[in-house]
Amino acid sequence: MSAKRPLEPQKNGIVIGASSGIGAALVKELAREGYNVAALARRQKELEALREEVDGLGNGRCHIYLHDVTDYEVIPALFQQITSDLGGLDLIIYNAGVQTAVAHDEYNFQKDRGMLEINLLGAVAWLNEAAARFERTGSGQIVGIGSVAGDRGRIGSPIYNTSKAGLHTYLEGLRNRLTRHGVGVTTIKPGFIQTSMLDNVPKTFWVISADEAAQRIIRAADKGKQTVYIPARWGLMMLIIRHIPSFIFRKLSF
Amino acid sequence: MNKLPIEHLEKVEAWGGASDGVSYVYRPSTVPELQKVVEFARQNGRTIGARGGGNSYGDAAMNDENILLDMRRMSRILDWNPSSGLITLEPGVTLSTLWQYVLEDGWWPPVVTGTMMTTIGGCAGMNVHGKNGWQQGPIGDHIRTFDMLLTTGEIITCDREQNSGIFYAAIGGFGMLGIFTSITIQMKRIYSGMIDVHFDISPNLEGMFSFFHENVEKSSYIVGWMDAFAKGKSLGRGDLHSATYLEEGDDPNPQQTMRLEKQHLPATLFGVLPKSMIWMFMRPFMNNLGTKMINTAKYNVGRFAGSSTTRTPHAAYHFLLDYVPDWKKAYGSTGLIQYQPFIPRDNALDAFKEMLTLCQKWDMPNYLTVLKRHRPDDFMLTHGLDGFSMAMDFRITKRNRADVTKLAHELDRIVLAANGRYYLAKDSTLRPETAVAYLGQETVDSFRRLKAKCDPDGLIQSNMWRRIFDD
Repeated sequence: MSAKRPLEPQKNGIVIGASSGIGAALVKELAREGYNVAALARRQKELEALREEVDGLGNGRCHIYLHDVTDYEVIPALFQQITSDLGGLDLIIYNAGVQTAVAHDEYNFQKDRGMLEINLLGAVAWLNEAAARFERTGSGQIVGIGSVAGDRGRIGSPIYNTSKAGLHTYLEGLRNRLTRHGVGVTTIKPGFIQTSMLDNVPKTFWVISADEAAQRIIRAADKGKQTVYIPARWGLMMLIIRHIPSFIFRKLSF
Repeated sequence: MNKLPIEHLEKVEAWGGASDGVSYVYRPSTVPELQKVVEFARQNGRTIGARGGGNSYGDAAMNDENILLDMRRMSRILDWNPSSGLITLEPGVTLSTLWQYVLEDGWWPPVVTGTMMTTIGGCAGMNVHGKNGWQQGPIGDHIRTFDMLLTTGEIITCDREQNSGIFYAAIGGFGMLGIFTSITIQMKRIYSGMIDVHFDISPNLEGMFSFFHENVEKSSYIVGWMDAFAKGKSLGRGDLHSATYLEEGDDPNPQQTMRLEKQHLPATLFGVLPKSMIWMFMRPFMNNLGTKMINTAKYNVGRFAGSSTTRTPHAAYHFLLDYVPDWKKAYGSTGLIQYQPFIPRDNALDAFKEMLTLCQKWDMPNYLTVLKRHRPDDFMLTHGLDGFSMAMDFRITKRNRADVTKLAHELDRIVLAANGRYYLAKDSTLRPETAVAYLGQETVDSFRRLKAKCDPDGLIQSNMWRRIFDD
């Protein structure tokens, strides 16, 4: 643990799912803002490259941890190891997520289970640790990267929708538990972000870069926002989509 | 590193409130329990730090993300001899408990801090001084012997003959060599529960110094309260409170005045305002303009009233910081820090003038400025010297942190040039190179060697240790 100077408070953050896309952009953006960041992901090479890039920015420092979020048993001790390495914790962002391509007539438990474990159970395993800590210390910000896809169950990806809907509901529950203890919980619902995840998506629009998404996410967290669509126009879009009656929605093919 | 139970996780603040952190706090009540926690720390790959009353202004009693021992449950009085005045205490006994315990037998702690909420373990670790520093030295000069638990599991007894190297380094060693398990200290004989307090004023810093010069022989305690806003010819003006013990026979009825009920601080101000609320009324004045007004008014009231002498209970004179509970809250949620340099006698006047002027130039005059007189002592990391100290309270805001840091480092240059020293109980800004400069490389190396001997695995740490002394 590095030395801490009483008059020079150091902000510390954790990004889970940091090797590419929004996660890597979040790590860089936080470091630019002076945070020390712990970056977690499964891919060593990408993590090392990220650390090198962040250390070159000259502000916050980057600690990297090779980790698979479905390795639930190691999480409680790893969480404490990280807070100790950083010297504290102000912000945790759960960004790990996968969307596996499934055919419209495919019911594959292995694929479905994989998405639920990474997108939802991993979030519960990590954010429970953070919630317990923040509730005791009376401060902190929790951010979960959900998706506009979690607002409805759709023909193309029932389980991806479920995992994100579950994450949204879990985050809402955390928020209701923790606001009274001075802890903020932000749910982010991105639309299309220019990352490898778009590879499985046939048609895209309103696409923004991962860097821009990261900036908006951090701004939302700083302001203690509850639920934020990025870009914001997705809020209106999803308001409409959420209200499409089932007898119509059942006939749609997206 | 293993997972520690979340139930022990607590937010811990610097006393001044300018910084905080999170630690796994354990509160052992016996020596075997204490030994268990130390072993637990070792097995779980954590460092361990000790905290007493938590009255160090900065990060001395903090150990972020690691184990912090709150020693206040180890608070038994192990032995008391009312005829010799020798008392043996567990480290968590507060000065509050101590003076109330010995007073009715005609004794008083020889050295006390401005608040009675400090523990004897903390006082020994920081080697605290009082308003009688030039006469009684730091508290270490009155400690006869102590027992200390080392992280090896061994408990050693240290005094001026036995383990004397550790004795002189652990007192003032800010808790880094081991954990005190008992401390034996000599009380001072008194002949009344009252003390004669003399109020005076001085038009400037020269006047303050000559007051000290003229009164060190006849007074038992002297403290100067300065108005850091006064400029020019009035630089360093302020109030002086000196006090003198009553001799045997001065008090016609000492048995009466030494009763506890004669000592209690009143619960209200002017008989009406609950003291627990006073800080709220102070809050609006905690800015440059407000403090300037208060200081000017206070000085002029003192000038108008002239010098006077009042017979006051000991507790009311000594524990001024407890007089207004929670007064630090008046500084707001971002708190305060204190900068207290110690300067040799011959250099002190010029150095303090330069420092007061510099703070004014930076538009950061301190809101509380306290002048005291000291003497040298034999402790390894001592702040003591034949000279004066000036304690300066700076309000910390969200915006001024960087400026206060810079100002402190400018002040450091004046302190080092004047051969000054620092007091770790107050420190928040010291840097490793400044510490080496005032202590000397040789002293720092010897301290490290002793630490390596007492704590071979470096289990004992604190935020302060990592900030100033860690490699």
